[in-house]
Amino acid sequence: MSNPTSSRCAACKYLRRRCPQDCICSPYFPSNDPQRFAYVHKIYGASNVGKLLQQLPERARFEAVESLYYEALCRIQDPVYGCAGIVSWLQQQIHDVESEIAKTRAEITVFLNSNISISELNTQHPQTDDMGMENLSNKHKGPL
Amino acid sequence: MYSSSTMTSTYNSPCAACKFLRRKCLPGCIFAPYFPPEEPQKFANVHKIFGASNVAKLLNEIPPHQRDDAVSSLAYEAEARVRDPVYGCVGAISFLQRQVERLQKELDAANADLITYAHNNEIDPSTSIISTSVQQPAPSGFGGGVGFSRRSAYALPYPLP
Repeated sequence: MSNPTSSRCAACKYLRRRCPQDCICSPYFPSNDPQRFAYVHKIYGASNVGKLLQQLPERARFEAVESLYYEALCRIQDPVYGCAGIVSWLQQQIHDVESEIAKTRAEITVFLNSNISISELNTQHPQTDDMGMENLSNKHKGPL
Repeated sequence: MYSSSTMTSTYNSPCAACKFLRRKCLPGCIFAPYFPPEEPQKFANVHKIFGASNVAKLLNEIPPHQRDDAVSSLAYEAEARVRDPVYGCVGAISFLQRQVERLQKELDAANADLITYAHNNEIDPSTSIISTSVQQPAPSGFGGGVGFSRRSAYALPYPLP
């Protein structure tokens, strides 16, 4: 048995064929979204999509079609790099942000070290009179 | 003396695509420059996911100087899809996008700390020696405030599924 002509899925409509009741594409390519199948078919081909879906458990097919559609969209928009271009770009972003974090932490370390030096200095010289050095030698016998 | 078949195999070694498809590799074969016979798996993956005729159509629509990059990206995506038939390359994008978001939060926190330390140094008279260094222009990449954010730079062209 096949679906009536009016309820053919987008894949069968596009391919101008009958849409059987157990059409593998039917749940994922509804007739009200013809562009979705058009993009996926342009990049992957209907038979490759069918084969891929056949190899997957039913519970995973929706996610698979979503990702195929996304990749097809990216490839149509950018025929040279497609999705791989996005991966590359994200890897570069990660590298850039990691560099900025390292720079910021280095600057924080500078401030921390400066604060430690200042506070040690203040501890060693609590009075500003001439007895300062003698107080130092009396109070700090060990290393600073 | 070389036989004609030997000459053919020596000088016209079929590319990986034509070997796979068991056809004669003609001069001007669109696949030959990008699918050398030493890398059979590359074409096998690309053919499995995209199909040879789709790849040929795609390559014909791209200027020759960009075809090498196009084939590399197709091979990358095909391999990703072979390894992960459900998510393919999108799985990697998802993972990397989460990493970027996590690192951005880390950077925001580090910047906030830096601003705090710089501010404390400015208002504390005992650190007046240090405060002059804070007056220097912020290095590039720093927005100069707690509100610094480069999130807009990381927006993907399409939202992930």
